[in-house]
Amino acid sequence: MSAGQPPIDSPEIRRLTPVLGPGHTFRSVTDKISSIVLTRPTSFGWFVGFAIAFSLTGLMTIAIGWLFTKGVGIWGINIPIGWGFAIVNFVWWIGIGHAGTLISAILFLLNQKWRTSINRFAEAMTLFAVACAGIFPLIHTGRPWMAFYMFPYPSTMSLWPQFRSPLIWDVFAVSTYGTVSLLFWFVGLIPDLATLRDHAVTKPKQIIYGMLALGWRGSVRHWHRYQSAYLLLAGLATPLVLSVHTVVSFDFAIAIVPGWHTTIFPPYFVAGAIYSGFAMVLTIAIPLRKAYGLEDFITMRHLDNMAKVMLATGLIVAYGYFFEFFLSLYSGNKFDVYLVQQRLHGPYAPFYYALILCNILTPQLLWSYKLRHNVAFLFFMSIVVNIGMWLERFVIVVISLTRDFVPSAWGRYLPTFWDWATLIGTIGMFVMLLFLFVRVLPAISIAEMRELVAETSEDEK
Amino acid sequence: MEHHRSHIYGVMAEFDAPEQLIHAVEKTREAGYHRMDAYTPFPVEGLAHAMGLKRNMVPFITLLGGLAGGLGGFGFQYWAAAISYPQNIGGRPLNSWPAFIPVTFELTVLGAALCAVFGMLALNRLPQPHHPVFNVKRFVHATSDRFYLCIEARDPKFHVAETARFLQGLHPHHVTEVVYD
Repeated sequence: MSAGQPPIDSPEIRRLTPVLGPGHTFRSVTDKISSIVLTRPTSFGWFVGFAIAFSLTGLMTIAIGWLFTKGVGIWGINIPIGWGFAIVNFVWWIGIGHAGTLISAILFLLNQKWRTSINRFAEAMTLFAVACAGIFPLIHTGRPWMAFYMFPYPSTMSLWPQFRSPLIWDVFAVSTYGTVSLLFWFVGLIPDLATLRDHAVTKPKQIIYGMLALGWRGSVRHWHRYQSAYLLLAGLATPLVLSVHTVVSFDFAIAIVPGWHTTIFPPYFVAGAIYSGFAMVLTIAIPLRKAYGLEDFITMRHLDNMAKVMLATGLIVAYGYFFEFFLSLYSGNKFDVYLVQQRLHGPYAPFYYALILCNILTPQLLWSYKLRHNVAFLFFMSIVVNIGMWLERFVIVVISLTRDFVPSAWGRYLPTFWDWATLIGTIGMFVMLLFLFVRVLPAISIAEMRELVAETSEDEK
Repeated sequence: MEHHRSHIYGVMAEFDAPEQLIHAVEKTREAGYHRMDAYTPFPVEGLAHAMGLKRNMVPFITLLGGLAGGLGGFGFQYWAAAISYPQNIGGRPLNSWPAFIPVTFELTVLGAALCAVFGMLALNRLPQPHHPVFNVKRFVHATSDRFYLCIEARDPKFHVAETARFLQGLHPHHVTEVVYD
């Protein structure tokens, strides 16, 4: 620690880097956040960004339309590499979603006040990431119009889904996760929708927000039950979010493919999910606070904390890589040893080294206090980690499948234009949904910010 | 008196700060009023206690939802795999319960979460598009920066003029009658 720097978490550093800018009142937080949605004119930049994202969404629609016309043969997948981009992207997207739930549920249970101004858009990010993730296994089935076979319904064949299969676990885990995330998000939104209803000046807005607010009037009896429900949802979402990526990792770990069949997968997948998710929260938060002047609400303290969470989860992921590597060699299993060699020297080795660079080496720069307080650097770092985590899933899926047990079953995988179009298209859809979200709903929880105002004014007394 | 009751929902006082509201609630209860409600833009700590609210039913309903989801989820898988369509695959047990745990867990969470949210809304009688308090013009600030206390006409001690006078004594910003429309 350098000489002039106050000790971490001292009152002094809290004053220097508050979770809320000074001088805010109940009214100022309400007006500032609701004005983004209600009164501010839509900026030119918003239209440009939305147009780009919308075009990319169009690309996704074309890619999926062509897929439905021609079948999965338009992708680079083959036998033995049946999984390819669809599964890589699925795992990547669902992992990104995890940070939203972590922020809204786990940090809520841990009573971390800094979560308040970032939880709303992080939860929105979760929903949109789950929406993107959900597309991939569906279109990967080849005959997506038969996807309802995965749900238990009384069919004329008297058949039930195979409940012992990780595929069915995935269906239940992801659909439960999507539903609970939506409920959590909506419950958090109800008081803010009431605020928008009461502040809206045009009739259509009053009606739409009014209907969505369900007639919320802020009664103390309502708040009393609301708080119970919110706390319970947080308590339920916490094990749920851990279970979701655990189940996703079971898709791999239950199989006997070298490099997949390991018990370290569940914790290492969960850590990786949080890692990439926090990176995505930073990727969104940094432009958002800049574009809408929210530096008072999303302060340097938030960015610093998120960078620290990224660093910590990145180290867990690094530990996971190390042990994956070590256990393969230590096991003496020749297929596992061969897989490690393939990662280091095989045809996909550049991906492996890029992954180590993005996920382990570069993030070590976050130890520096200076760099953690450099917004441009944090934005760059968040992109690096997002790419790194995508590469991780690529390495896991592709290298293992190209180097199976017998050389006659070895193969190569090369993504096609349509693979890339679908990936980039879902990124477009994700961004488009975020653009719509910041325009029509409060990106920061107004009710919770008022609570924060009340608490911080008490602290000062 | 009876005539008044049919028109008047209650008398409402508006306060600037949460502490004032808590103080007002305490005074009102001391004065012997019971039928009242407070309206705040965020959950005010200590207000529920001052109002004498104790536990609510949401956790119990959530527990029931979780139990139903978990038992129903496991029961269904057992029924599907062991009774409805048993498949003998190399003599492996039909009731392979460890493999049923992930789905059981997810359905436990799903049942509990659905019950927590919809139970909360049902107990709060929401959605409720209209309520007499919305007839008060200034009530729009209840979702921004003002704190309200409404003594309701169904309170046995309620009397429009006297209750309004009593509320004035608590130094609110405003006192208004809340009427049905």
